[in-house]
Amino acid sequence: MLNEDAIIIGRLNCDEFAMGSSNENSIYGPVLNPHDLTKVPGGSSGGSAAAVAEGLCLASLGSDTGGSIRQPASFCGVVGLKPSYGRVSRHGLIAYGSSFDQIGPLTNNIEDAAIIMEVIAGQDDYDSTSSNEPVPEYSNSLKSLPKSLHIAVPSEYLNSNAIDNEIKDDFINKIAQLKELGHKVKEVSFPYVDSLIPTYYVLTTAEASSNLARYDGAHYGYRSKNSKDIETTYFKTRSEGFGLEVKRRIMLGTFVLSAGYYDAYYTKALRVRRLIKDKTDELFKAHDLILLPTAPTTAFGLDEIKDPIKMYLQDIFTVHANIAGNPAISIPLGNHTNNMPFGIQLMTNKFEEEKLLACASYMMNELN
Amino acid sequence: MNFNETLKKYEPVIGIEIHAQLKTKSKAFCSDINEYGGTPNTQVSPISLGHPGTLPRFNKEVINYAVKMGIACNAKITEIMHFDRKNYFYADLPKGYQITQDKTPICTGGSIYIKDDKGNEKTIELTRIHMEEDSGKSIHDQDPFNSLIDLNRAGVPLIEIVTEPVIKSGTEAYNYVSEMRKLLRYLEICDGNMEEGSMRCDVNISIMPIGAKQFGQRVEIKNLNSIRNIQRSIEFEICRHAEILEKGEDIAQETRNFDASTGETVAMRLKESAHDYRYFPEPDLTALIVSKEYIENVKKTLPPLPNELYKKYKNELGLSDYDASNLTESKDIALYFEEMIKLTTNYKVAANWVMGNVKSYLNQTASTINSFPISPKILVDVIKLIDNNSISNSLASQKLFPELIENPDQKPLNIAEKNGWISKNDSSELESIILTVFEENPDETARFKNGEKKLTGFFMGKIMKASKGTADPKTSSKLLNQLINNEV
Repeated sequence: MLNEDAIIIGRLNCDEFAMGSSNENSIYGPVLNPHDLTKVPGGSSGGSAAAVAEGLCLASLGSDTGGSIRQPASFCGVVGLKPSYGRVSRHGLIAYGSSFDQIGPLTNNIEDAAIIMEVIAGQDDYDSTSSNEPVPEYSNSLKSLPKSLHIAVPSEYLNSNAIDNEIKDDFINKIAQLKELGHKVKEVSFPYVDSLIPTYYVLTTAEASSNLARYDGAHYGYRSKNSKDIETTYFKTRSEGFGLEVKRRIMLGTFVLSAGYYDAYYTKALRVRRLIKDKTDELFKAHDLILLPTAPTTAFGLDEIKDPIKMYLQDIFTVHANIAGNPAISIPLGNHTNNMPFGIQLMTNKFEEEKLLACASYMMNELN
Repeated sequence: MNFNETLKKYEPVIGIEIHAQLKTKSKAFCSDINEYGGTPNTQVSPISLGHPGTLPRFNKEVINYAVKMGIACNAKITEIMHFDRKNYFYADLPKGYQITQDKTPICTGGSIYIKDDKGNEKTIELTRIHMEEDSGKSIHDQDPFNSLIDLNRAGVPLIEIVTEPVIKSGTEAYNYVSEMRKLLRYLEICDGNMEEGSMRCDVNISIMPIGAKQFGQRVEIKNLNSIRNIQRSIEFEICRHAEILEKGEDIAQETRNFDASTGETVAMRLKESAHDYRYFPEPDLTALIVSKEYIENVKKTLPPLPNELYKKYKNELGLSDYDASNLTESKDIALYFEEMIKLTTNYKVAANWVMGNVKSYLNQTASTINSFPISPKILVDVIKLIDNNSISNSLASQKLFPELIENPDQKPLNIAEKNGWISKNDSSELESIILTVFEENPDETARFKNGEKKLTGFFMGKIMKASKGTADPKTSSKLLNQLINNEV
């Protein structure tokens, strides 16, 4: 971006190691939601979403491991795109869940997101998992769209208990509008909805437990003043240095990889991930898009959600794209009677960001 | 119970893991230079230091080296594989995990041939060979209060070669590791220097009553810095295990360090508290694919292998077991010999020259055959001069050879002629020499004529001396016998 003369004006707040759905796990304290200062901006990239929503900058970058770009975009009323896994290099990104993490833009409109994607997407020698798939001129193809879109709506998502009634009604209303515009919207079955969150938390915490091992006080970063030898350096540095949520995930990840539990959790989650990928690929054989809500609710109050499991369920609609590696975008089309914005989420097949952005642009223009 | 008695009652079961550092130009997952002995912490980069935001970049040369080893050991090369992370905390492991191969090693199976205790050929089956990165080095003996860390070694590529538990003695272990080191050096993938740590061995050993099916309790031995110490540690452990079993006690499952100064092993840590390494697939690297084509191409680049050459020398050239082993000890010597035998069929003489004059010159000058001045062709020319009786063996070896070292570009024949070393098999010239010898030694001549045959040596010596070594021994001896009969 610097090569393209972008002007970087600052760093933005994020949950510690990108672990959180409310920005409340940050060492700096939470960013407040510009639409209502008693509410969270979402997380983990809550600062990135709030800054764009408030007009502090034209665009920002966020990282998305399970919804950390899209959920804050929904809470703050901006556009947030998580690219296909491998579309944007992870070099320079502090790893959380290496096989899930992607960097993406948060912007006011689709065109800005497309322009940023043209710059940041592409192969990088410093990330072996980055794809050599050519990068199209996304901003030039925003208008190129099939006349009739084939849109899949997984019924299991719509029937989820977690979803706010008004968000659900709005979603159903959007489907009706799309049908009126001549698109084919089909309710499909995606039978793994209940497995998404468990699969996500087993696999990402496993990877995180290993990725965060390097913060041990031996080489760089924080080292406890109470360390006496190598053992106390590890114990005290890591106990004092990491926040509660990070420690919870390291413990969980270490547990699921431990001998005796490995197959029951880690191996099983890998298998479920395979099923989810296969089923997702299958849906995209017959459909251009999967349409789903971004988050089950609008932005909640600071300190409102204290139960970590309840917090994890914030990601219920977003982790699918990370588990399967598909691109997904949240666009700010919803306005709740509680005066908070909310997004609707579009997902396409892998490396179809061009189609995804074009569809998003179309819906931004055509839907109310 | 002494060692020999122990072996009458118990059968050792030994497996060996060899870690071989690959001599690639750069490290396994970054472009840091891969070289031994640099100033500590100078051959590092953000990637090898495991800084946040860095990702490994695989050096494909590592596959090439590992595939070479796999082919040389006749192992099955895995077609699709991935790396895994082995998680543990240690100060010389910057990322908190080592990138290795757990589930999909690049090679499985395979074997090499060694000599057993009686000198018979024995097959040592391999379990697997896998690729991994080395850790840094912890230095405990330079600062009285702190351990020091040198991360130059962090990320250096390794292959780990694991045998089946088929090794039965210290001698077999010695022969196995020697043979592996030879192979690694032939392939030029590892310099096999155990003192510098470019080749490191761990031994797994247990003993069981002879004929038993169930292996005994296994112990791991580490810190083995020479091949000789591998053998010593095994022999020590066999006795230690036997003593414990004879007392009716149990052997502890543990890792032991070998102390070369005492020749004994000392318990290092109990295996019960062993690490749970929590292996899982390395998500930062994509799957690796080794095609059949790739393997075929690597095959074409392989040098002749020591065991092939050994068999050829023994079976096809008819050389002794000793000669064949000696010539194949180092690849460069073997390749020199290979050049010679393209030009002569006098294999035994060629072998003698290499093992004799050439090797002792290399030893004396502490040099290698690569800097040896005499070309294989010139050396074969010398052999040919001997073969056609143009020069005596002793003159060739004592005079011509040193002269050739000084003037490696000159033809041996020219040097010999210039110095008058060409054998005299011209009868008339020899005749006059012999007659002079008779004249100068009348007593011996008389006794010789009277049948005292043991004086042949005396006369030959005199003839050689008089001719300054140029008298052809065969012709001289024949002529000597003719002339003595004519003597009055």
